[in-house]
Amino acid sequence: MSDDRLVIAGEEFGSRLIMGTGGAPSLQVLAEALTASGTELTTVAMRRVDPAARGSVLDVLRDCGVRVLPNTAGCFTAGEAVLTARLAREALGTPWVKLEVIADERTLLPDPVELLDAAERLVADGFVVLPYTNDDPVLARRLEQAGCAAVMPLGSPIGSGLGIRNPHNIELIVESAGVPVVLDAGIGTASDAALAMELGCDAVLLATAVTRAQRPATMATAMRHAVESGRLARLAGRIPRRHLAQASSPGRALPVGRASARPGSGPL
Amino acid sequence: MKVIVNGEPREVPEGASVADVVGAVSPAASGVAAALNDEVVRRSAWAATPLRDADRVEVLTAVQGG
Repeated sequence: MSDDRLVIAGEEFGSRLIMGTGGAPSLQVLAEALTASGTELTTVAMRRVDPAARGSVLDVLRDCGVRVLPNTAGCFTAGEAVLTARLAREALGTPWVKLEVIADERTLLPDPVELLDAAERLVADGFVVLPYTNDDPVLARRLEQAGCAAVMPLGSPIGSGLGIRNPHNIELIVESAGVPVVLDAGIGTASDAALAMELGCDAVLLATAVTRAQRPATMATAMRHAVESGRLARLAGRIPRRHLAQASSPGRALPVGRASARPGSGPL
Repeated sequence: MKVIVNGEPREVPEGASVADVVGAVSPAASGVAAALNDEVVRRSAWAATPLRDADRVEVLTAVQGG
């Protein structure tokens, strides 16, 4: 499966785990976690320069050989998000942007109206737009129609660790999407990431589950394996769910007298 | 004259440019971007973009997030 690569906007990635950098207790811990995760694409936020800041997350990403994906975290309107994306493009020299336009601080859920507006404006301005969106198949379709390079539905609210609350909607998004689907937000542990891939997502984006774990590098390793395992399971094609058992040992050639007149062997 | 740099009032001499205030708040020259009154000013235009009284300048860089 070494040729099974993630392709977004014509760019290929060997890893299907996209990382965020928020929440790590130090740049050293972040570097160890990113290395363990095997990620090739990692988000950063754009904030006012702090003259007293020591070290830069950009240095960490460069040292780890990871491509930078700026986000528009903290933006509440399309206008704010468009300006932030343009500043990120100028500062970092990339037209790629993880587009976040949130509705309120309590849930950090995307504002669908502002999100679609911002996506349309950024696509028109030449950006490669990766929108963080609700687990809404209709909105995902509208974002794709607007020209987004991927759609990134949430599993549950950012940082909640509640996993994938509506797997059926994620499946519906996957079924109809013509661009990569990245499960973004809500991952709590490795099984959540594996489930996202089993549902057919093309990649997983997570930060908090690793950066705030008790042992971030160990959790990053777990996430790498989970994403790879979930992807393999999806490609392998799981067995259908059945109401009743299906024997995995042969039912023929049993010793005399065992196969008949057994309690429970008739129709239910 | 007085301008607002990253939300803080700052006294700058007449004729100061975007490049002057970016240099004053950011130790690093790379990885930063500037906006003047909500419009991005390209790095190549910083030195040639003069400030006027009450202008708002934002100087941003990448931090941990997302």
